[in-house]
Amino acid sequence: MSTQPQKRPQGGNDDGAASPDETPVGANAQAQKRVGELDSLLDEIDSVLESNAEEFVKGFVQKGGE
Amino acid sequence: MDRRVIGVETEFGITHHGGEHRGLPPDEVARYLFRPVLKWGRSSNVFIPNASRLYLDVGSHPEYATAECDDLLDLIASDRAGELIMHDLAERAEAAMAQDGFDGSVYLLKNNVDSQGNSYGSHENYLIPRTTHFRRLSTILLPFLVTRQILVGAGRMVPATDEAAAHYAFSQRADHMWEGISSATTRSRPIINTRDEPHSDAAVHRRLHVIVGDSNMSETTSLLRYGATDLVLRMVESGVPVGDFELENPIGAIRHISHDMTGTATVKIRHGGEQTAVDIQARLLDRARRFVRENGAHHGRVEQIFELWERTLQAVSSGDHEPIERDIDWAIKKRLLADVADRGGLEQGHPKLAQLDMAYHDVHPRRGVFNLLASHGRVTTQLDADRIQQAIVEPPKTTRAALRGRFLSTARALGAEHTVDWVHHKLVDRPLDALMLKDPLSAEDPRVDGLLGKLGDHADRLREQTLEERKRQQLPLALSERYKLTGPHEFAEPPLI
Repeated sequence: MSTQPQKRPQGGNDDGAASPDETPVGANAQAQKRVGELDSLLDEIDSVLESNAEEFVKGFVQKGGE
Repeated sequence: MDRRVIGVETEFGITHHGGEHRGLPPDEVARYLFRPVLKWGRSSNVFIPNASRLYLDVGSHPEYATAECDDLLDLIASDRAGELIMHDLAERAEAAMAQDGFDGSVYLLKNNVDSQGNSYGSHENYLIPRTTHFRRLSTILLPFLVTRQILVGAGRMVPATDEAAAHYAFSQRADHMWEGISSATTRSRPIINTRDEPHSDAAVHRRLHVIVGDSNMSETTSLLRYGATDLVLRMVESGVPVGDFELENPIGAIRHISHDMTGTATVKIRHGGEQTAVDIQARLLDRARRFVRENGAHHGRVEQIFELWERTLQAVSSGDHEPIERDIDWAIKKRLLADVADRGGLEQGHPKLAQLDMAYHDVHPRRGVFNLLASHGRVTTQLDADRIQQAIVEPPKTTRAALRGRFLSTARALGAEHTVDWVHHKLVDRPLDALMLKDPLSAEDPRVDGLLGKLGDHADRLREQTLEERKRQQLPLALSERYKLTGPHEFAEPPLI
């Protein structure tokens, strides 16, 4: 499984060009918002999972069906 | 066949976690789970008012078989309704267990593998004409099904073995298939099962029973799964040339493909050469598009299915899965596992990733990880919540399911002992009048009205209850009574059983 880059570096437009601030700051804010959303989703998932992952996995045993 | 009956049977995994204590074993949890069902129908194998079948299978698997559907969205709605029905039963089981002093949480998992490698299925049934040439069917359909996992697999975190490190694979079921075609299910799992119970006129139809599929959580993935399979069957039935992809070793191929997320694994074609799953699927897609150009689309979702089919193949062959990670189960799950692994610095074999793989399939609306992704708007859907809830109580309107639903709900409202199965409809006191409804595509039949008429004139005494009224009944919603008897009737009110 490849790990895909998700978090983007923080910080503003430091290339010194004379471009208006809004665009990069806007894009950056959006990226931060995305990271924040993902973080809160992963926190929520963490909060609902049984805390002992290994026990949960090992405890899940079925007999054959079909 | 312009209209085809399709049904899906889903076996759910069941587990109980007792918090501080050891959880109850699955067979005991299943008994609690089916307590309301047993009380309602005096059996743990019943047809319910939405005309689907709810039962406890071998090995204490709760199982739900959708009613006959001739519309893909009806089918997906009925299948999704099955998840909510199981959840409703799980909540009641939890409460009953707590009363008996067993605290903890009941988990119903719509997946296909447990921690010890036991597997259980998601079986698809497609009604096909009896005249379909079976050899042609199998030479086209087997390679399609062997490679279909790259489109609609549910994804699996495969634990480490002596031979391989822990890794992610396309399919839950691929490693559990032992044969291409046979009549067995538990002894030896074939991709296509030849058990031919058409539940209809066997001179006209046969049932194609496909047991290779993974249980899907995503409605979009489900649409592609049933939609593409139906299109391939249409080509088989029409007799058009579809190409020669017959595999030298279908079982070797299905495993080989599942474990290669790069999509570059090749498989041997019997009549020479090697191809990747993407090659085979791309050619089938191309043929299907040509077929639809020449014969027209037989339903309104065909173009959407083609678009998904193509986009998924492109994602696999390019290695960039981002374009499908809101639509296709294996890609949605893979992305989530990557995000969690990244954040926590977890290795591939970490128990938390294995747990997430299972929790993705938890049917609980607020705890199941797929459902959490959906509530955060991170996956695509095809149905609104109302339609799914409707499917919990209402049979599909355009197939025999409508008749079965009406028959059993009317008989219940009038307090008449009755039995139904896919074909048979019987009032216990009138065994000679038993009806066989052999046309699964027919939603109307005067014989049903005739048989129900023997219970007296009830036309103006039965009122169909609203969804709100049904929710207020003390029963699980799926078992709620559809009709209310509003006036005097020669039969007593149904006994509360």
